[in-house]
Amino acid sequence: MHYLVTSTILFILWIIMSGFFDAFHLVLGGLMSLLLAHFSWDLLFENTKMPFSKRISEIFRFTNYVFWLLYQIVLANLHVARLVLDPKLPINPKIIRVPTKLKKDVSFVTYANSITLTPGTITIGVERDYLLVHAIDDKVADDLFSGAMEQRIARVFEVDEKP
Amino acid sequence: MLHTIQIIVAGFFILAGLFFFTTATLGLLRFPDFYCRLHATGKGDTLGTLLMIVGFMIYEGFHLLSIKFVLIPLFLFMASPTVTHSIGRAGVSCGVEPWEKKETEKTEEVS
Amino acid sequence: MKLFFTVVSFYLCILIFINLYRAIYGPDILTRIAAINAIGTKTVMILILIGFIYGRVEMFIDIAIVYALLSFIATIVAAKYFLTRRSIE
Repeated sequence: MHYLVTSTILFILWIIMSGFFDAFHLVLGGLMSLLLAHFSWDLLFENTKMPFSKRISEIFRFTNYVFWLLYQIVLANLHVARLVLDPKLPINPKIIRVPTKLKKDVSFVTYANSITLTPGTITIGVERDYLLVHAIDDKVADDLFSGAMEQRIARVFEVDEKP
Repeated sequence: MLHTIQIIVAGFFILAGLFFFTTATLGLLRFPDFYCRLHATGKGDTLGTLLMIVGFMIYEGFHLLSIKFVLIPLFLFMASPTVTHSIGRAGVSCGVEPWEKKETEKTEEVS
Repeated sequence: MKLFFTVVSFYLCILIFINLYRAIYGPDILTRIAAINAIGTKTVMILILIGFIYGRVEMFIDIAIVYALLSFIATIVAAKYFLTRRSIE
């Protein structure tokens, strides 16, 4: 099943990248994607025993989260732009430790990437139960400590970990 | 008429992208420390690229090419945090001390 | 509209030269790596703009995607080298 899904994704990517629709290129792309999926079918999904209905609902929740994240990115980017354009440069950089309770690898990666994408904070170190974060301002550090982003990620990925 | 609105909206998105590129470059020039410069480069560029690509897609209209346009910000939104995190971790592992405001104030008082 | 795209690409070129100042005279090596990464992102945009100016976007967008991948890999390799070396000198 995962084999088929992986080869389908690769085939769609082939069609997008090539742009040809005649029979020769389609057959060649199908053979290539089947061959590549045979080598790498277990790389794309993290937990291969998860049923597909849960996977699809997870993808929907993740898309919802991405739109919220885009809104946050625009807000925080405007904040950093105001910091840069200010002639006095009112920054106060410091390194803080953010404790986290996330368990899965996927949610960990998403959390670290979201912190880095939100301007004003970058992740510079990852341990098992906390993250080293370099914050540029007091306001963004307080935003991070409020934990709204972590709760949203836990709602996306770890909803059926412990019933 | 519709075509004119399309061009104006696309131009607005492209100019917004240019604004974020400019703030990223100014931040790279003005910030005092290597960690703070990472703040400027990693994220202003990402949002600027996203806005400019949206402008190009509106200008071009929808066909197979716009799916290819989507691929670039999709890849960049995974790659840019990875690059920033990787450079920052190299800085921590090399033992680069972060710049702090209070230390400079202290030295100014002493001198 | 072609004139507008040309002006935008010239403006991006000026930004690239400002970044190049940091890449050449940067105080330490990691700043240079970050500046080179920023230059790569702007070059992708300039490639797409050149495609619009010459009217051949479908060719230049492939070049832009490949350039984005290559620049990402180059930056990762440079950062990885300093991660294992454990000193800037």
